[in-house]
Amino acid sequence: MNPFSSGTRLRDMIRAIRACKTAADERAVVRKECADIRALINEDDPHDRHRNLAKLMFIHMLGYPTHFGQMECLKLIASPGFPEKRIGYLGLMLLLDERQEVLMLVTNSLKQDLNHSNQYVVGLALCALGNICSAEMARDLAPEVERLIQFRDPNIRKKAALCSTRIVRKVPDLAENFVNAAASLLKEKHHGVLITGVQLCYELCTISDEALEYFRTKCTEGLIKTLRDMTNSAYQPEYDVAGITDPFLHIRLLRLLRVLGQGDADASDLMTDILAQVATKTESNKNAGNAVLYECVETIMAIEDTNSLRVLAINILGRFLSNRDNNIRYVALNMLMKAITFDDQAVQRHRVTILECVKDPDASIRKRALELVTLLVNENNVTQLTKELIDYLEISDEDFKEDLSAKICFIVEKFSPEKLWYIDQMLKVLCEAGKFVKDDVWHALIVVISNASELHGYTVRALYKAVLTYSEQETLVRVAVWCIGEYGDLLVNNVGMLGIEDPITVTESDAVDVIEEAITRHNSDSTTKAMALVALLKLSSRFPSISERIKDIIVKQKGSLLLEMQQRAIEYNSIVDRHKNIRSTLVDRMPVLDEATFNVRRAGSFPASASTMAKPSVSLPNGVEKPVVAPLVDLLDLGSDDILATPSSSGPDFLQDLLGVDLGASSSQPGATLAPRTGTDLLMDILSIGTPSPAQNSTSSVDLLSTADVNSNPSIALDTLSSPAPPHVATTSSNGMFDLLHGLSPSPSKEATNGPAYPPIVAYESSSLKIEFTFSKAPGNLQSTNVQATFTNLSPNTFTDFIFQAAVPKFLQLHLDPASSNTLPASGNGAITQNLRVTNSQHGKKSLVMRMRIGYKLNGKDVLEEGQVSNFPRGL
Amino acid sequence: MIHFVLLVSRQGKVRLTKWYSPYTQKERSKVIRELSGVILNRGPKLCNFIEWRGYKVVYKRYASLYFCMCIDEADNELEVLEIIHHYVEILDRYFGSVCELDLIFNFHKAYYILDELLIAGELQESSKKTVARIISAQDQLVEAAKEEASSISNIIAQATK
Repeated sequence: MNPFSSGTRLRDMIRAIRACKTAADERAVVRKECADIRALINEDDPHDRHRNLAKLMFIHMLGYPTHFGQMECLKLIASPGFPEKRIGYLGLMLLLDERQEVLMLVTNSLKQDLNHSNQYVVGLALCALGNICSAEMARDLAPEVERLIQFRDPNIRKKAALCSTRIVRKVPDLAENFVNAAASLLKEKHHGVLITGVQLCYELCTISDEALEYFRTKCTEGLIKTLRDMTNSAYQPEYDVAGITDPFLHIRLLRLLRVLGQGDADASDLMTDILAQVATKTESNKNAGNAVLYECVETIMAIEDTNSLRVLAINILGRFLSNRDNNIRYVALNMLMKAITFDDQAVQRHRVTILECVKDPDASIRKRALELVTLLVNENNVTQLTKELIDYLEISDEDFKEDLSAKICFIVEKFSPEKLWYIDQMLKVLCEAGKFVKDDVWHALIVVISNASELHGYTVRALYKAVLTYSEQETLVRVAVWCIGEYGDLLVNNVGMLGIEDPITVTESDAVDVIEEAITRHNSDSTTKAMALVALLKLSSRFPSISERIKDIIVKQKGSLLLEMQQRAIEYNSIVDRHKNIRSTLVDRMPVLDEATFNVRRAGSFPASASTMAKPSVSLPNGVEKPVVAPLVDLLDLGSDDILATPSSSGPDFLQDLLGVDLGASSSQPGATLAPRTGTDLLMDILSIGTPSPAQNSTSSVDLLSTADVNSNPSIALDTLSSPAPPHVATTSSNGMFDLLHGLSPSPSKEATNGPAYPPIVAYESSSLKIEFTFSKAPGNLQSTNVQATFTNLSPNTFTDFIFQAAVPKFLQLHLDPASSNTLPASGNGAITQNLRVTNSQHGKKSLVMRMRIGYKLNGKDVLEEGQVSNFPRGL
Repeated sequence: MIHFVLLVSRQGKVRLTKWYSPYTQKERSKVIRELSGVILNRGPKLCNFIEWRGYKVVYKRYASLYFCMCIDEADNELEVLEIIHHYVEILDRYFGSVCELDLIFNFHKAYYILDELLIAGELQESSKKTVARIISAQDQLVEAAKEEASSISNIIAQATK
C-alpha cells in the first residue's frame, strides 16, 4: 500500500494535527501517533514501513523526538524497491546527521546503491551521501563517487561532482584524487554538470595549492571561453533568468576565475577583457543581473592590479549605493569596505550617500554603513563626520545607540584635532547616550580632562550645565561628579573662562545640589554614589561656608544599605568633623594623571585581564604590602616635593604607583613604612589599604575600593582618596591619628589587654578566592601563634569539597584544626574559618612564611589554587 | 555554501528544514526559534539579509511562507535570493500554483524537489525543466511500482477467493 496516493493515514494524521486548537491537543495527537508507530515498528511489517516513516518525518518537523525511527530508515534503504528507497533516503537525511553512529550502518547499503543498475537509485544514494556523509564514509566511498563523475548520464555526473565537494571538504587529503575528474567536467556542455564541475574545481582550489596551480595553467583559458560564449549567447529559454543566460553558472565561473586570478598576474591579465565585458554589458535592472555584477565586482577587486577595471567596479558599486532596493545597497556597502583598502579616494566620493545609510531604518544596512563610515574617517573629515553622527545619535533608535556611540567615541579619540574639541564631542555623546558608554571611554575622558589644565574651568561648567538636563545618563553624571569634586571652586568662581562661553552663575549650594541629586537618586548605581561621596568630601574643603550641609548629606549615607557607603560615610564624616586642620591637604586636587601610561595600560588591559583569569594571580594580593609607600602620598598630593620626586624615579609603573605595590619605593622610605605600628595600622584600617576591612570582602562596589584591581583604569585614580593612607601623616601627626579614630575602633583597648596586637593580612587573593589571616598569641608563649584563616568566595558559584592545605619550612611547626565547613557559598555570602597554630622555633630571628594549596570543586570541576604567604607581620 | 534551508509559515510553523552542516537536534530547534523570531518580526521594506552568528541568513517571503537560507559571510547574497526564487518557481510548476497547504500535505515532495536542486549546500541544476523531468521520471517509477504491487495483490486476492 502506498500511503501517499491512497493516502488516508498520513493525510489523516496531518489533518488531525492541524485541527488541534491548543499545543496540548497537538501533543496528545502526536503522542498517540508515536505510540502507534512504535507498535508497528515492533511488529516489523514491511507494508507499513514507509507510511510510518513519512509520518515520523512530519512529526520530526514539528520538533518532537523521533530517534526510534532511525532504524526504519536503514531497513527501507536496504529494501529492493525504488519507492521504499526514496523515502528511506529522505528519512535518513532528515532524521540523522553525520555525528550519529547509526549512520555508519548505512555505508554498505550506500555502496551497493552507488553501483545499482537503476540510475535514479544511484542518484538517491549520491544525494544522501552528499548531504550527510561523515569523514569515515567519505573515505570509504570516495572511489565509487570518483568513478561516477564519469558516468554516462549527466544527472549522475552532476550529483557525483557535488558529492565530491562534500567529500573533499570532509577529507581534504582526498583532493588530489578528484583533480583530473573535475578538470574533465569543465569541458561539459550540460549546464548542470558544468555548474557542479566549476563548484568542485573551486572547492579543490581552496583546499589544495597544487590543484589551484593545475587549474590555473590548464583551465583558465577554457573557462574564459565558456564565460564569453555564455555572455554572448542568444536567448536560451531554458536557462534565462530576467534576460541573463544562467546567472548561476555566470556567478560560479566568475568565482572560480577569482581564485585563479588572485596572486597571478598572467591569469589576471587573461581575464580582464571578459570581466570588463560582463561588468559593462550585464543588465542591472533585475536582481539576477545585479547578482552577476556583484560577483564580477568581487572578482575584479580580488585579482591582480588592473586599475581601469577597478574604476569600473567602484562605479558599479556607486550605482548600487544609490539603488532604491535595500538588498543592493547592503551588498554595495559590504563591497565598499573591501574597496577602501586600495582606493580610499574613490570610496570617499560616496561619503554623503554612505552617511545617509547610517540613518537607514534597516538594522543590517545601518550596521554596515556605520562600519564603513568608521573606516572613512580621517583627519580632514573627522569634524564633519562626527557632527553628522552625533546629530543622528540624538534621534536614533535606542538599540542602535550603543553601537553608534561606541563608534563615535572611537573616532573622536583617534582623530581628535584638539582637546577642547575632544571634550566637547565626548560631552555630547555622554549627554545623548551616556548609559551606553563603556567604562574605559569615560575613564579616558577623565584622564584627558585632568591633563587639560587650562580647560578645567570650562569643562566643569559645561558638565554642570549638561548634567542639569541629562541627569539620567549614568556616565555623564559620573564624570560631572568627579569634575565638580575636583574643580568645584573653578565652577563657582568662573575661573578660566574661554571666549566661547557664556558666563553662568553657580552658587556653592547649586554645585552641591548636583552631587546630592546623584547620591540620592534611586537609580544611581553604587559606583556613581561612591564617586559622589568622594566628591562631597572634596567639596567640604573647597566650600567651607556650606560644609555643614555637606556634612549632613554625608551623614545621611551612614544609613546606606551598601556597607561600603556606610563605612565611607562614617569615615568621611569623621574627617569633616574633627580634622579641619589636615582636611584641605588630604582632599587636595588630584595630580595630573599620566596619559601615556594610561593608554598603554588601556591597550594592554585585555590581555592582562585574560591572563589574570587564566592564572589566579598570587603575587598581587601579597604584593600589596602593608607598608604604604610614597607614591600614594603623591596621589594624595600632600604637598611635599621631595616625596613627590620619589615615585617618578623609582616606580616606572603607573599602576604600581597607584596601588603602592612598588617595593623599591617602600624600602626607600623606611621612615614611612616602619611607622609606629599601632597608629599607622589603624589609620590604614580606616582607609582600608592592605588590611582587609569588613566592607572589602562583603560589598560589591569593588570598583571604588579595590586596591588589588589590576586592570588599571583611571577609576583607581579616582578611588585613591578612599584607599591609600598617607603614612607620613601617621609619622608626623600620630597623635592626631588617635583622634581620627576616636570611637571608631576597639583596637586600642584590646591591645592593652592582649599584649602586642598583630594586624590581619590578606594571605591570598585570586579572582575567585580570598584568604585572610588574623593573629593572636597565647600570653606567655611567644613562639606559638594562633592564626585564624577566613576563606571567602568571590566568584558567583558555590565551592564544594573545599580543602585548605599549608606547608611551612623546617624551623616552623604547623598544626591545622578542622575547618568550619567544606562548602563555601558564592559571592562572599558566608565564609569558612579554620584555625592554624604555628610554632616558630626561631622566634625573633626569622619571620613566618607559608605555602598553601587550596582545592575545591566548582560546578563539579576540580580547581586547585596555590600561593605563598610572605607578608606575615613581623615578630610572630 | 548553504548551511541550512528553512521554510517557516507566518505563524511560525516549520514547513521544511534541510541541514547541510551538522547541527544537533537541540541546536536545530534553537536556530529555528531564534531565526523565526527575527525574521517574522522584520518590517516589510527592510533588506532580505540578516547577519546572524557570523553567518548571513537570506530570506524571502512568498505569500504566507518565508524561505530562509543560511550562508557564509563571503557568499553572494543576491544569488541566494535567485536560488530561493528558482526553487519557488519549480515548486509552482510542479504543484500548479503552489500554496502552503500543498507543502504541508506533500512535504515529502517538496523535499524531493529540493534534493534535485541542492546537494551538499550547493546548487546542482539551473534548469527548471531538467528538475521537473527528473522528478516526474522518479514519480513514474513510484507509480509503476505501486501498480505492480496492486496488481500482485489483486492476483493474490483472486487466488485466495
